Amino acid sequence: MSNLQLTQEGHLKHFITIEGLSKEILTNILDTAESFIGISQQQVKKVPLLRGKTIVNLFFESSTRTRTTFELAASRLSADVISIDIKTSATSKGESLLDTIRNLEAMHVDIFVVRHAISGAGHFIAQNTAPHISVINAGDGQHAHPTQAMLDIFTIRQHKHEFSTLKVGIIGDILHSRVVRSQIQALNTLGVGEIRVVAPKTLLPSHVEQLGVRVFNNMEKGLDGLDVIIMVRLQKERMTSALLPSEREYFTCFGLTEERLKLAKADAIVMHPGPINRGVEIASSIADGPQSVILQQVSNGIAIRMAIMSLILQNKEDAV
Amino acid sequence: MKKIHIANGRIIDPANHIDQTGSLYIADGKILSVLNPIADFSADISIDATNNIICPGFIDLSVRLRDPGQTHKGTLQSETIAAASAGVTGLCLPPDTQPVIDTQAVTELINDKAKKANYSQVYLIAALTHQLAGKELSSMAALKQAGCVAVSNANAPFANLLVLRRAMEYASSYNLLVILHPEEPSLSNNGCTHEGFFSTRYGLPGIPEASESIAVAQYLELARLTGCRLHFSQISCKAAVIKIQQAKKYGLNITADVAIHQLHLTENDIEPFNSSYHVIPPFRTTKDLQRLREGLANGTINAICSAHQPHDLDAKLGAFPETEPGIASLETLLPLMLCLVEDNAITLSQGIACLSQNPASILGINSGTLTPGFNADVCIFNATLNWEVNQQNWKSAGLNTPYWGEVFKGRVTHTLQSGKIIYTLK
Repeated sequence: MSNLQLTQEGHLKHFITIEGLSKEILTNILDTAESFIGISQQQVKKVPLLRGKTIVNLFFESSTRTRTTFELAASRLSADVISIDIKTSATSKGESLLDTIRNLEAMHVDIFVVRHAISGAGHFIAQNTAPHISVINAGDGQHAHPTQAMLDIFTIRQHKHEFSTLKVGIIGDILHSRVVRSQIQALNTLGVGEIRVVAPKTLLPSHVEQLGVRVFNNMEKGLDGLDVIIMVRLQKERMTSALLPSEREYFTCFGLTEERLKLAKADAIVMHPGPINRGVEIASSIADGPQSVILQQVSNGIAIRMAIMSLILQNKEDAV
Repeated sequence: MKKIHIANGRIIDPANHIDQTGSLYIADGKILSVLNPIADFSADISIDATNNIICPGFIDLSVRLRDPGQTHKGTLQSETIAAASAGVTGLCLPPDTQPVIDTQAVTELINDKAKKANYSQVYLIAALTHQLAGKELSSMAALKQAGCVAVSNANAPFANLLVLRRAMEYASSYNLLVILHPEEPSLSNNGCTHEGFFSTRYGLPGIPEASESIAVAQYLELARLTGCRLHFSQISCKAAVIKIQQAKKYGLNITADVAIHQLHLTENDIEPFNSSYHVIPPFRTTKDLQRLREGLANGTINAICSAHQPHDLDAKLGAFPETEPGIASLETLLPLMLCLVEDNAITLSQGIACLSQNPASILGINSGTLTPGFNADVCIFNATLNWEVNQQNWKSAGLNTPYWGEVFKGRVTHTLQSGKIIYTLK
């Protein structure tokens, strides 16, 4: 898996999963993103790093936030960017995933940014696409969402300077979350002191502790002494598939309230990859409150995606 | 018919407790004599089996031929040639062909084709329910009349346990063997790997062990209730082995088999997202594998099958959960069985029995031994010959094996079916 993502020289070729990437590579992404932060604040929000490059966003699953930040990231690097919502185009006409990819690669694309509802789709495309094309995974099934994880880590680093002493708690639907899997891998690679997952058993995958986390089924115990609280979105369909009785009961037991927030450290930050279900997993007053860094996550998303795109294409230039 | 003399081989015939070097004499398609020389035997064909092992031809309890209905994946011709090259002289075809084996007409169609192909003997397993829909009984009496050796619902679910109860009762009225794949579909919940660390790590929908063990427990109770002769096909987990062992102790008339690859691979061996490893039931844990091997050694599990499922390339080309499950496994059956012997999991005689005598006895057919008077279904193999799994050596139309490119020890040199040589290693 790691080999697929790296060139022979060990540089980033694809960005599909955090697994198998070294601390150095992750740190390099964070540092590069740091240098891009200023660009979004300039009058002219563009640098010519990727002029003449073509980036295609292939979204087999709908998304607003991720897609928009990828589009903005690409255009701020002066790349040509096209977004295709595949749900409503080719594959619904019966064209296979591979045929769609083959057609697009014939148009001399440099990067595919792919989101797909099936785990392993990004990996499959990276294995089967032309060798000059790089693939960035924008979320595949329940497997990975590595750019989201990196922007979360980036946000944590802005607030907490030392990873090794941090206690990070991830709360909510761990079972179905691709973001959480990537977050855990990244936090572990960067040497975070303690990672916790907090959820009822129906929302925890089997053997989750083997990912390198402490498991809590009790919100109060799980929150105790945290430096970073990451809330995970709860999908409505979890109620109809007998995983939870009701939103109300979930909020009663696992919702982040003002009262509960006090259990964490006084300077704890509250994160959420969005979109937020106010009053289901998090109280509105916290989402909009002083400890929340939720909107900062969104703007950091652009810098992180700029960093990953530029590192991948820069490595390619080096290789030539 | 021709007289054949197979000389100087190590003859292993578990049913007759034979393990000795000598000759096998065949005439008129039947075994004439084992070890004892026949005076004035003038052979039309002589096979020198020096350094080779002579044993009963293998009986494989589950081989998908993909014919009729999915001939883009394999044909009766291509897959019975693959079977012959693997030493398999008799194979069971599950009923999930298209059309389903639930009428005499389909039975006759396949039997005719098999006769024309004239490689391994094809034993048909008829559908247990009409169209495998799990709702109404199939015409089991007629299907038995037409030559089907057992009834099964393949991997298709039952509407409810009452249907299964009735089907088992009805089958037992005709003394038909019922073959069941133990799986509770609601717990499998469209999973594609074992529910455990691997499925969690890669975000793949998992199938818990309980999906199989709960079905085993239910089917055992129904076997007790109905008195039907029940065979479990392709068990994969420790809990299933334990339940079957207990039920056998209790005296239930049941048997079980395991797919050869389940005795060698676990979830830890799966290359991430490599669809060659996508198989149902899924590869489970080291503990499960260990218990399956023990179950084989102590007789809880009676037989080894290939669970051969050839696929076209497209079926395996996609993101892992979207690909079709199954492995083309006929041709790696013998070398993988020999690996079990090398690992001291079972003896060579046990391994051969699990591939011949035992499956024949489960099916109640006169085969699986070299007893004089029986059809001369014989496999001759070299246990130390190395060969590579590659395009040149491969016979099946399905190239879907996780072992592609691997070098194995042990290769079939000759296969005889009713005294006819259906395979010779070039």
